[in-house]
Amino acid sequence: MRFAVIRFGGSNCDLDTVHVLSEVLGVDTDLVWYRDGLQRRYDAVILPGGFSYGDYLRAGAIAARTPIMADVISHAREGGLVLGICNGAQIAAESGLVPGVFTRNEVPRFICRPTWLRVETTDTPFTRLYRRGEVIRVPVAHGEGRYVAPPGVIARLNRERRIAFRYCDTEGRVTPGANPNGSIEGIAGILGEGRNVLVMMPHPERSSELVIGSEDGRRIFESMIEHCQAGTTRQR
Amino acid sequence: MLFDVIITIALKEGMLDPEARAIQNALAHLGIPTLSLSTARRFCIGIDAVDREEAGTKARAICERLLANPVIHRYEIEVV
Repeated sequence: MRFAVIRFGGSNCDLDTVHVLSEVLGVDTDLVWYRDGLQRRYDAVILPGGFSYGDYLRAGAIAARTPIMADVISHAREGGLVLGICNGAQIAAESGLVPGVFTRNEVPRFICRPTWLRVETTDTPFTRLYRRGEVIRVPVAHGEGRYVAPPGVIARLNRERRIAFRYCDTEGRVTPGANPNGSIEGIAGILGEGRNVLVMMPHPERSSELVIGSEDGRRIFESMIEHCQAGTTRQR
Repeated sequence: MLFDVIITIALKEGMLDPEARAIQNALAHLGIPTLSLSTARRFCIGIDAVDREEAGTKARAICERLLANPVIHRYEIEVV
């Protein structure tokens, strides 16, 4: 099993993500410079947080048009896992891996604080180790995290249970007060059509060790690992 | 032939424009209340094309493939 974390110019959560995967969870992980492309098959590709291309034009817009994203899209089409975190979520949305867009927060300032998320579905390679309805604490740090999509898209995401996380209060209630950025329906994370792509604005790599305040996000990575191990077993 | 193309990218009608709202608030603090305010971005691009029509086609591709996100944006093209 091998994971890749892609580093774009301006990524800044790449090393944190590699640390969690390789040091905390013991997964062989390559840090891949975007110009090198994906040189081999990976079980999972992670688009980390940061400010690729300085957020020029729109957050994620330019990174989404780099050649390596064609590799990532092929990887996803073949069933490989893709996790987009924060700027990685913006890049994935801009590249069409998921519908909609993450744009300027409702109150136009950068927010950096813990948020509580309600796990909306466990029928995914990313959330299989959670309980449905579980409330987890994962921090956000973004200026452009408000999820916007046409009503028809939102209805379809709901129908297909492709909303992975919603911002909620500590009791799991999805309220306007718990919504940090004005996302439609408090959406914090969504799945691609094949459920093998998850994009989310909160940072699970910043909540994977108790020593830095929370390990609630770690089960996302552990779920991915378990999913990949199960896949390997099946192939045998 | 060189064509100068001016592309304006703006939010679609009805889209929340937090930046515009913040600017309106700042203007109000300066004692200049405004009734409405919207923002847009303007790109001036030189394009090599055989005629105006081809320049327009290239400009549309520029908008659709990069400058505008169709979920939230509309665009206007002026070939000078």
